[in-house]
Amino acid sequence: MTEAYIYDAVRTPRGKGKQSGSLHEITSLSLATQALQAVRDRNELDTSYVDDVILGCVSPVGEQGADIARVAALNADYSQETAGVQVNRFCASGLEACNMAAAKVMVGEADMAIGGGVEAMSRVPMGADGGAWSTDPQVAFKTYFAPQGVGADTIATKWGFSRDDVDAYAIESQKRAARAWEEGRFKKSIIPVKDQMGAVILDHDEHMRPDTTMQSLASLNPSFVGMGGMGFDEVIKQRYPELESIDHVHHAGNSSGIVDGASAVLFGSKEAGEKLGLKPRARIRSMASIGSEPGIMLTGPSYVTEKALKKAGMEVGDIDIYELNEAFAAVVLRMMQALDIPHDKMNVNGGAIAMGHPLGATGGMILGTMVDELERADKETALITLCVGAGMGTATIIERV
Amino acid sequence: MNLETFKFDIDGDGIAHAVFDVPGRSMNTLTGKAVADIVAIAKEVASNDKIKGLVISSGKPSGFCAGADLGEMGNRAGSSDDSAKSEDEKLKERFEQGFTLNKTLRQLETCGKPVACALNGLALGGGLEVVLACHYRVAANDNPKQQFGLPEAKIGLLPGAGGTQRLPRLVGVQAALPLILQGTSFDAKKAHEMGVIQELAPGADVVEKAKAWVKANPEAKAPWDEKGFKVPGGVPHKSPGAGQVATMSNMMVAAKTYGNFPAQKNILSCVYEGIQVPIDAGLRIETRYFINTQSRPEAKAMIRSLFLSTQALSKGGNRPDGYPKTEFKKIAVVGAGLMGAGIAYVQAKAGIPTVLVDVSKENAEKGKDYSRRLVEKDVSRGKSTQEKGDKLLDLITTTDNYDDVKGADLVIEAVFENEELKAKITKQAEAVLGEDAVFGSNTSTLPITGLAKASDRPENFIGIHFFSPVERMGLVEIISGEKTTEATLAKAIDYVLAIRKTPIAVNDSRGFYTSRCFGTYTREGMEMLAEGIKPAIIENVGRQSGMPMGPLEVSDSVGLDTALKVTRATAEAMGVDIQTDDRTQFLAWLVEDNGRVGRKAGKGFYDYNEKGKPERLWPDLNTRIDVTVDECPPELKQHYINRLLIRQAIEVARCFEEGVITDARDGDIGSILAWGFAPYTGGCCSYVDLIWGIKPFVEEAKKMEEKYGERFAVPQLLKDMAEKGEGFYDRFPPGGVKAKEAA
Repeated sequence: MTEAYIYDAVRTPRGKGKQSGSLHEITSLSLATQALQAVRDRNELDTSYVDDVILGCVSPVGEQGADIARVAALNADYSQETAGVQVNRFCASGLEACNMAAAKVMVGEADMAIGGGVEAMSRVPMGADGGAWSTDPQVAFKTYFAPQGVGADTIATKWGFSRDDVDAYAIESQKRAARAWEEGRFKKSIIPVKDQMGAVILDHDEHMRPDTTMQSLASLNPSFVGMGGMGFDEVIKQRYPELESIDHVHHAGNSSGIVDGASAVLFGSKEAGEKLGLKPRARIRSMASIGSEPGIMLTGPSYVTEKALKKAGMEVGDIDIYELNEAFAAVVLRMMQALDIPHDKMNVNGGAIAMGHPLGATGGMILGTMVDELERADKETALITLCVGAGMGTATIIERV
Repeated sequence: MNLETFKFDIDGDGIAHAVFDVPGRSMNTLTGKAVADIVAIAKEVASNDKIKGLVISSGKPSGFCAGADLGEMGNRAGSSDDSAKSEDEKLKERFEQGFTLNKTLRQLETCGKPVACALNGLALGGGLEVVLACHYRVAANDNPKQQFGLPEAKIGLLPGAGGTQRLPRLVGVQAALPLILQGTSFDAKKAHEMGVIQELAPGADVVEKAKAWVKANPEAKAPWDEKGFKVPGGVPHKSPGAGQVATMSNMMVAAKTYGNFPAQKNILSCVYEGIQVPIDAGLRIETRYFINTQSRPEAKAMIRSLFLSTQALSKGGNRPDGYPKTEFKKIAVVGAGLMGAGIAYVQAKAGIPTVLVDVSKENAEKGKDYSRRLVEKDVSRGKSTQEKGDKLLDLITTTDNYDDVKGADLVIEAVFENEELKAKITKQAEAVLGEDAVFGSNTSTLPITGLAKASDRPENFIGIHFFSPVERMGLVEIISGEKTTEATLAKAIDYVLAIRKTPIAVNDSRGFYTSRCFGTYTREGMEMLAEGIKPAIIENVGRQSGMPMGPLEVSDSVGLDTALKVTRATAEAMGVDIQTDDRTQFLAWLVEDNGRVGRKAGKGFYDYNEKGKPERLWPDLNTRIDVTVDECPPELKQHYINRLLIRQAIEVARCFEEGVITDARDGDIGSILAWGFAPYTGGCCSYVDLIWGIKPFVEEAKKMEEKYGERFAVPQLLKDMAEKGEGFYDRFPPGGVKAKEAA
């Protein structure tokens, strides 16, 4: 099979996902367009060689609806021959888009393809696309549906992470993100977002709070006590009768931030890269997706990691650095606990607790972060993964070339 | 038209009037014949040009209609068609049958002529569904018995004649769902506020008002047939708020029912799916879910136990024939403690003159205070009037003198569980009682035959086991001793009916039927604890099995000191060494080493708050148990649920085997009303017969016996029944005492 290489990766800074956020007045189409243009322009890419653009988007309705990938490619003045498809694997949509782009290269369907994603959460709110899972009684009962936050709290309860544990993790995320920005570790992939005139409107992640302390976090009320008390705790205990009660430890400060942003990663075969004079930066070692118990929802990362490692013929210790999306602090703590991964190998430049999680875009963003970090820190292998709604997990292992 | 259940005429203005009046019944129900009549009426109204509109009303003073005929429906529920037709053909046939009323009401609703109904009295279930299909609904504003509701869910069904479609379209999903899910009824005022009723008028005028509306509105249409109709509050996936309502409703029902009631989920689905499509499709969806629900064993079990059997027993279904009904002119209650005081209250409430006896007049008065407090509460809440309350209290005479007992038809002894004391009271009372008077002992465990030894007339001696709190618990267990006669049993049953409770009739044994079987649940919980199953698992699984509380919490409410005493006594009686018995040792550690005697002390298996509510399981439980099971995936959970319920069902089977109970209805109703056995099963007997089926049950029970030992030993009776393919209802059919000989 053809090898798939990563030639470039870009991401927008992440704007606060509310009306006061800097990117609220920029359309999701514009965010995706700017990411695609950046990939093209930085690489002087003849886009007629790009066979497909695959973008993750979790709420593909309204302005994000009707295949935003194709629409953004057209708006970015890509060749009209470049196809586009939008995919949804909830929080791993961006990574899934990258895996699909890589897979298309591997099987020879595409010579070059772009994966990535977009989510303007301030403009198209989470849940705007509805869906049957929580609303249709037939499936909601069967799967003990409960909101993600209740699942995250259930993980904390089941595996013994206290409020202090999750808060301490959150502070470390903030610190690492702040250091990464200070040291310019994201420089290679950040593309400032321009406004309607073409002036820069945002050039940094604006969700970060580097001055966060245990005390400041302690003042935050847990977010899912109300939901849990209304009945979701009782529902999730039907799947986990071993839990007497659910310890609600997550709050806005130790969960991923709601933000706007877009990402794009350029994949291609060796030949295609040579033809266009591009230098490969990393190679795909393996990819995987799994499903696990949907009620607790967020335990997928350790399982999908095991699967991806197996496919690559590797072991946990063979990976130099891990990147797991920080949807909730307990998700990361659980994966480190389950696979015995030291914290200094995990999310070395902080994560979504500090910088935010623009749902469909995140996978592409953190994949790019790892490509940059392998080069910066002179490491060989990285594994990127995300927990995913309904109990799924998606992972990618890359190797620097 | 040849109608049996309706009177039908057409007036000079061309307005037809259909009067619902099922012959020979005090209350209209939607029998098969009534449905056929409605079909005929709808056809006539649609096709007869002389008819300009229709008014529907009732010929019964009781009201319009109480709903489906549950006798007929109970027979259909859970039944299967063994014919050679394909599954698909059978389902489609069932659909056609099930869709009849829906189709007819829809035809009436869309026939182009105005249809109004005039209501004076109750309209429940299918009755209300007929009403909802009318274009205009007038109800009496001066009839206190006026009541509306869709109570199908209470017996494991769902409204299958348009109720799940029309009510949400009329009042919105959020307002309609609780009414359908809980089956709550509401009065005319609320119905009018919600728009279920459009006009209120004096009962005498409702028909005229309905006719007037029909005359004035020759081209009526249901709101949902109007162009641009919008469901109040919106529809899921079309307006975000409605999606939230769906999500939260699912959560609330799942949290409350643990998914044990098929009808609950199916009601949610009828509304969720039906509201998104035009009403004709919605009605089809409703019928499909109705048939799905009806074919589940839970539906058959619930209809039979919660409606048919409960009603039969509440009317004396287990009373021996051939004895005249006893009218109680005077009843004495000896012992004015909690139980005696409660018994005095329910008697007085039923209008029976009551003498409350205790060692001193003062003590007896204290017992009467209990009634005073209850009366006061009812009056302050508007549930009763001062006048009625005073009358009730006047019926209770307090005394310390047995001379006042003279002339009583019945004496109920309700002193604490001490054989000597009970014997003394028996003698004192009998000294002043007439030859025919019955002596009833309120005991929960002491064998009646033994207590009757103190009596000169053991044939008139009977156990009358009340549950606490007396005024709230609907069940009374009547225990015949060896010498108790049928005549005495008949009187005792008359008594229970007179105080408006449900009697079950059982025979003598330690713990009789209810106390004996109930204890197996708590004991199995403690066995699980001793095995090293994490306490939270035991408690959650207990609740999720459908029991009202986890077994450890139940033990706390009974009292762990009591449990320890009983355990030691039982162990001794059975020759078990209590020093090596895990359960006894565990209880002794809790009670004697740690002073944790249960809820009354604020600490037992749980820690309790000041209000007596459990706060958390006592964390130190883990210091004494070696937890070996701390995860409970679904298969294991199902195993534990089976374990807890099967343990109880086996004890029930033993009671049948020993002749302690003799009527499957007593077994079912007793288990639900006395100790809250998972109601969706229809009770312990229906759990075996319907939820499992006798053969699979015995198979599973044998596996449990192998795994957990003798306490799960499958009685020979069950093995025999399995061999013959007989359930409890085949072997111990309704018939109570008479069936005893047959068994």
